[in-house]
Amino acid sequence: MVKDISTDTIWGILKMIPDPEIPAVSIVDLGIIRDVQCDDDMFNITITPTYIGCPAMSFIKEEIINNMESQGVINYQVKTSLAPPWTTDWMSDEVKAKLKDAGIAPPSKNVICPQCDSMEVEVISNFGSTACKALYKCLSCAEPFHHFKQF
Amino acid sequence: MDKDDLFKYVLALGDDALILGQRLSEWAYKAPFLEEDIALSNISLDMFGRANLYLEYATSLNGCDTTADDLAFKRNEREFTNHLLCEQPNGNFADTMVRQFFLDVFNKLFLEKLIESNNSQLSAIAQKSIKETTYHFRHSSKWIIRLGFGTPESHTKVQSAINNLWLFTEELFEMNKNDIQIADQNIGVDCRELKPAWNNTVNNILAEATLNRPEDGHMITGGRQGIHTEHLGHMLSDMQYLQRAYPDAKW
Repeated sequence: MVKDISTDTIWGILKMIPDPEIPAVSIVDLGIIRDVQCDDDMFNITITPTYIGCPAMSFIKEEIINNMESQGVINYQVKTSLAPPWTTDWMSDEVKAKLKDAGIAPPSKNVICPQCDSMEVEVISNFGSTACKALYKCLSCAEPFHHFKQF
Repeated sequence: MDKDDLFKYVLALGDDALILGQRLSEWAYKAPFLEEDIALSNISLDMFGRANLYLEYATSLNGCDTTADDLAFKRNEREFTNHLLCEQPNGNFADTMVRQFFLDVFNKLFLEKLIESNNSQLSAIAQKSIKETTYHFRHSSKWIIRLGFGTPESHTKVQSAINNLWLFTEELFEMNKNDIQIADQNIGVDCRELKPAWNNTVNNILAEATLNRPEDGHMITGGRQGIHTEHLGHMLSDMQYLQRAYPDAKW
């Protein structure tokens, strides 16, 4: 059953798992999956927490387990590594574009309104509905929006 | 390195984060406005996450079957070794922000040093935590300035919070024999060396906020020896209630 499974298969499954709090992007997009290695028929999946207090982390681990099992993968283990610490610098431009399309300003020093691209914005709160987001308001189009904090 | 000594060291760091996190969580639903409610809850979660990392690491050192949850929920007051400042009640919003500000300045300096630890786990925890603490510091220091500059009432309240909490600040820089031994081996941090930088940042922010730095008077210490203020016991009776009433309950 396991003969056709490669690390690419594992990556493929992981890429299909959306982030529980920002479903527009996958856990691979966010850089939560650090590595997939195959040692002696055992796939070692290394994940890293975004924020250490993020309640979604245990949920993400469960999601990985559920998805692996539903795809018939049984020879795997999920390990957590802390260093190097997770950073939004690992996010590709393509992922940033996905965030923008979902109405979330991607991580950047200069925050730009995802609706009208205005740079005239102000912070409403540095702490948003999830650990990774801050709440902003656009002064041009008056829309409130989330900024994915540069971290 | 004696594992038991390192256990005690890591446990104290875990207790600091856990007790402060629990205090901050008491603000949920009660903060002055929604955004601040979310901010305090976020900071609280960060502290719980940090506590979990330290306590889990501690359990790997003590050679028993204890879990991080056992350490959090099944120890008595005298077995907690957090700094007294962490357990001080929330009081009014200014009391909470001053407590947070003093601790954020300290934690930032502490973690910057802990990154250099030759213990890879402690260094990894520090690398992860420093980013969060830097963010917390930005929040609390802005509030100190805002409250100092605000109305005569906010100014009076924040000044009185500073005066009341000052006597718990000296403990942050105190080192017991175990701490010294662990710092000497480049595993831990020599907190005595952090004081000039802490003073510098606190003085600058207080000056900017038009607030006075209190004179150093009588200082209270003892948290690292398990001698606490009257507040910790009450807090633990709330925090540990469920595990005490229904041991090992899970949901």
